[in-house]
Amino acid sequence: MAAFVLYLRLFQYGFRRHSTYLAAALAGAFTNTVFGVLRAYVLIALWEARPGLAGYTLAEAVTFCFLTQAFIGPMQVFGRGLSFGDRIRSGDIAFDLVRPAPLLAWSLAEDLGRAAYLTLARSLPPTIIGAALFTMVAPVSPWFPLSFALGVVVSFGWRYLVTLTSCWTTDDRGIHTLSALLTMFFSGMVLPLGLFPGWLRTVAEALPFAAMVQVPADVWLGAEPPLQALGFQLLWAVALMGLGALLTVAARRKVVVQGG
Amino acid sequence: MGSYLLLAWTWARASAQYRTSFAVSIVSSFAINALDAVAIGIVFLHVTTLGGFSLREVMFLYGTGGVAFAVADTLFGNIERLSQHIKAGTFDTMLIRPVSPFVQMAADGFGAHRIGRLAQAVIVLSLALPVVPWSRAWMVPLMILTGVVIFTAVFTLGAALQFLLVDAPEIANAFTYGGVTLTQYPLSVYGDQLVRAVTFIVPLAFVNWQPALYVLDRPDPLGLPAWFRFAAPLAALLLAGCAALAWRAGIRRYRSTGS
Amino acid sequence: MIETISLGRDFKVRGTLVPAVRDLSFRVGAGEFVGCLGPNGAGKSTTIKMLTGILTPTHGRALVAGLDPTRQRKALARRIGVVFGQRTTLWWDLPLRDSFELVRLLYKVDRNRFRQRLAELTEVLELAPFLRTPVRQLSLGQRMRGDITAALLHDPEVLVLDEPTIGLDVVAKAEVRSFLARLNAERGTTVLLTTHDLGDIERLCRRVLLIDHGRLAFDGSVAELRALVPGQESIEDVVAHLYLSSTPAAPRTPRRTPDADPPTVTA
Ligand SMILES: Nc1ncnc2c1ncn2[C@@H]1O[C@H](COP(=O)(O)OP(=O)(O)OP(=O)(O)O)[C@@H](O)[C@H]1O
Ligand SMILES: [Mg+2]
Repeated sequence: MAAFVLYLRLFQYGFRRHSTYLAAALAGAFTNTVFGVLRAYVLIALWEARPGLAGYTLAEAVTFCFLTQAFIGPMQVFGRGLSFGDRIRSGDIAFDLVRPAPLLAWSLAEDLGRAAYLTLARSLPPTIIGAALFTMVAPVSPWFPLSFALGVVVSFGWRYLVTLTSCWTTDDRGIHTLSALLTMFFSGMVLPLGLFPGWLRTVAEALPFAAMVQVPADVWLGAEPPLQALGFQLLWAVALMGLGALLTVAARRKVVVQGG
Repeated sequence: MGSYLLLAWTWARASAQYRTSFAVSIVSSFAINALDAVAIGIVFLHVTTLGGFSLREVMFLYGTGGVAFAVADTLFGNIERLSQHIKAGTFDTMLIRPVSPFVQMAADGFGAHRIGRLAQAVIVLSLALPVVPWSRAWMVPLMILTGVVIFTAVFTLGAALQFLLVDAPEIANAFTYGGVTLTQYPLSVYGDQLVRAVTFIVPLAFVNWQPALYVLDRPDPLGLPAWFRFAAPLAALLLAGCAALAWRAGIRRYRSTGS
Repeated sequence: MIETISLGRDFKVRGTLVPAVRDLSFRVGAGEFVGCLGPNGAGKSTTIKMLTGILTPTHGRALVAGLDPTRQRKALARRIGVVFGQRTTLWWDLPLRDSFELVRLLYKVDRNRFRQRLAELTEVLELAPFLRTPVRQLSLGQRMRGDITAALLHDPEVLVLDEPTIGLDVVAKAEVRSFLARLNAERGTTVLLTTHDLGDIERLCRRVLLIDHGRLAFDGSVAELRALVPGQESIEDVVAHLYLSSTPAAPRTPRRTPDADPPTVTA
């Protein structure tokens, strides 16, 4: 019970901390919308030339495009690490690692709060404006909210690992760029994974990045059986979190026991 | 000009010296920006023309827009960090120095890693050059130059906007990065109203689209007069003038931070 | 050297105009050493920012070294030095020495003169031990000495300092004070500083400006300031009494109107 209250507080804290940057979030939503419009036109040109490509109708392709833009905020598709990255660089992470509450659960609660806020401030505007400007399809599956939430958790699990690697490297920019690159390309942000050629498509659809953007979008579109989609996301969520827990133990040994 | 070079040089030296993974940042910037080129490649796996343009022709548009943007970004793109400087109070410091704050902003923290983006665009452009007929090749350097001026002006307008919207600097990205994304594809794929807007309001159509219609000898889908193809320098100068005025107005309205 | 005529600055805060400085008129002659006092939020920093060209006044005007700070900002920058105690004008990630080199480039200071001036300042301010240290690793006292050096490398006629002694320990404070006093006496540099430390005022300033709610509330010598509140022993008590008795609604008329021609001390 006490634990539940703690994590609820952390969730609220994450939500509130981001809500102080409303102007920034709305500016981000504006930029995401502009990019959504530009990408939508490219996809329209493509689908008009090749109707039914990747199994999507034209309206579904446009919907996909605005959904990917709407996911940028909550899923942090540009791969930015978690807020405790700064604390690793300053050495303050030692205090976090010896807290009674595990860092993983603790930062997950906070990150979910952040995602909840950004869903309101950065996901709704591109979706609504996209629907106003173009023909889009409504979500067919009641499972979409769950799939969306799992997408956030997978994204968190990935970013947690990326952030923790800073405990072992002096300069983490290389890792962060690599993360941004993989996430953007393999999540479906740049183009729907269904457009990728043969083997690349197979690989991309198996990676955790697909669980962040492509899969929730497909659940919205009803393009994939919901249980299979949710199972895939759950699998990656569990795998990444498990790895995260292991890496936390290693980090504690490195930072707290050996003193950095 | 002299101050810019001196400052940029000092910064580039410092960045190469004090920042360990200099190479990593060049490669990163190259790879991240090359994703857009990869996307074009994937699109053309499914079609032979997009908006009536072949892969090589689209690469020509991507390359010219990309090179112009990368040069503008390398030289002046740093001014997009204005709101950070305003909040940190470092913009105050730039105002007490005898060099234009614009130059100081542009050169501040100059790092040669920004050439990663340029390299990627140059490669795509050089691959596309076979589509350019010799007799019209003279337009290519000119369109890149005017493109640099237009993108620099857009960066400056975006920064000027940050004087008003200190807490929402991301708004400028829609015009800067959104601008280069727009120019990566033939404007014939976009809706007519959007094309009109980027011709007459924010003249991004003059970065590469209008001149490329001349180079590639294509009709204008909107049927705009033929002299528009040669009007890019005029559009660039007009926009640069607006940007300079907006920047000055921004400095006059600058309110510092209350401390 | 410095002259303001009904200088004022309003800030728009949530739609309403709030005056931070209003109707401020004073003159500072060449070679004077003037301290500026006032409670928090009185408008001291805002005034300094208008005098240095950072903020554009909304009312009145200012002349510094005969120049209009807004219109002739760049020309003025070559003739004044500015120090902000609350933050640094140095480059955070660069070693002190490199910051000075950048200042040299920005001000186009001749290389030989730069070397000579830097050597002098390095000796007087004892900078040698940390010239190669990045600014972010300097202690506050070291950083402040670095900031003062950076402001003086181009030999300005006027030095403006906003809270230069804030956060310094007793020894560092004494060093900064004696340096400023020497600069004023030997080079005749005009100095205008703001402070909350009355020690600065007593030791350094022949003349005090008291700013309150954006207005000039007093302009005169330290002795005259003391005389305002008879029966108080320490200058702290005098100033505390003045701050406490101030009201925003009905700003006090200055008990001693500023002289039409303030006493100028020629260097
Ligand atoms: N950028 C700004 N925007 C809005 N209000 C401001 C701004 N800068 C200053 N102010 C307001 O103007 C008034 C004067 O501020 P100023 O910083 O000049 O005071 P000060 O005398 O330097 O105070 P302190 O002793 O605390 O440094 C304050 O009420 C402050 O809130
Ligand atoms: Mg102040």
